[in-house]
Amino acid sequence: MSDVAIIDYGSGNLHSAAKAFERAVRDGGSSATILVTSDPDRVRKAERIVLPGVGAFRDCHDGLKAVPGMWETLEGEVARGKPFFGICVGMQLMAERGLEHVETKGFGWIKGDVKVIEPSDSALKIPHMGWNTLDAVRPHALFDGITLGAQGLHAYFVHSYHLAPGDGEQLIATADYGGAVTAFVGRDNIAGSQFHPEKSQALGLALIANFLKWRP
Amino acid sequence: MLKARIIPCLDVKDGRVVKGVNFVNLRDAGDPVEIAKAYDKAGADELCFLDITATHENRSIIFDVVSRTAEACFMPLTVGGGVRTTDDIRKLLLAGADKVSINTAAVKNRGFVREGAEKFGSQCIVVAIDAKEVAPGKWEIFTHGGRNPTGIDAISFAEEVVSLGAGELLVTSMDRDGTGKGFDIALMRAIADSVPVPVIASGGVGTLDHLVEGVRDGHATAVLAASIFHFGTFTISQAKNHMAERGIPMRLA
Repeated sequence: MSDVAIIDYGSGNLHSAAKAFERAVRDGGSSATILVTSDPDRVRKAERIVLPGVGAFRDCHDGLKAVPGMWETLEGEVARGKPFFGICVGMQLMAERGLEHVETKGFGWIKGDVKVIEPSDSALKIPHMGWNTLDAVRPHALFDGITLGAQGLHAYFVHSYHLAPGDGEQLIATADYGGAVTAFVGRDNIAGSQFHPEKSQALGLALIANFLKWRP
Repeated sequence: MLKARIIPCLDVKDGRVVKGVNFVNLRDAGDPVEIAKAYDKAGADELCFLDITATHENRSIIFDVVSRTAEACFMPLTVGGGVRTTDDIRKLLLAGADKVSINTAAVKNRGFVREGAEKFGSQCIVVAIDAKEVAPGKWEIFTHGGRNPTGIDAISFAEEVVSLGAGELLVTSMDRDGTGKGFDIALMRAIADSVPVPVIASGGVGTLDHLVEGVRDGHATAVLAASIFHFGTFTISQAKNHMAERGIPMRLA
């Protein structure tokens, strides 16, 4: 099986995420099939898992929990070493806790809490919305061939909260918005981006292509 | 560093772009999807569709336009015009829009903004504010393309919808819209300085300096324009280079 399961739990813009993955599959000459699914059995059979998410941490958490067996399936598959990619709130759910509105437990795969961003310059608007460059903290396979830094490619962000890492080793890239905002985290077979690869044109498609061939 | 955004806006009626565009040779200059692809390639930072379809039976055409655009363009898309119920929002988001812009419905019922933000998240709720200056330093909300006054003060309306969950404001000066005389900078600045969320300046762009003024003087984080791009007066990259040369951080190709 070379399926990529994009988890459908009633959150967010699955259509554009699925389209971006399909485009990356086509461009890369891969034979992978992109499945948008809420069926844990299909997720178990898939080779890779993508968890998108927009909106509030608690709503996404509750939406995911409301799909019978999905939360446990994701925990099991990640523990088995299956490549996993979280996007935006899907990435935030990898943290230990979300502190948006109410405290909510996340998967706890990445150490740290999801907290409101606090730019040092009070003139900076929240949400952090638009195109920003990424600063690499450490190399990661998903950024292979992608130019980062001030002169590098841009990623599209729209968020008011970010994953404040409890373990600096798991922080892969940041964006500068009145201080460092977490842009990408990962360890072993799991990775997640605060920005939206499906909306980030060249950088996004390259990142997705790297995920499709990632062998952590 | 976060970059200022340039957002071309297309008026779409019955699935066709009103007046069309001529900035690039397209097979079909009236097809919003073809135009969206061209702007994607040209380096636009986001795209906005304003659906001005009048008849009820043609209202669903926009969902197909949005869906086909989302298949071809991997950039953020905002869709506005006739968004009145949470079902409208849901359908647009499912079709592939990233944000929806709410105008008249927010004026008629402030609770709709809260409902939309709670259901779908503030990040996708843009409130479009159409304002006219009614006294020096005082602006009033108008609906129906600037024809209907509401008696509502634009600044307090802006503050209110943001407190209800709007994640972004699209502010159009009805005095300047279509004039090419530049944004109403005082209006943009008054609103941008009163709310914590990003403001998109709209209405009146005729020159590239107007775009610079919107960000530098109007404190907008994004600028929206239609005719200067559609009619090929300037390209997106000319606009970006011009703004960058004047010290505004831009995403250059």
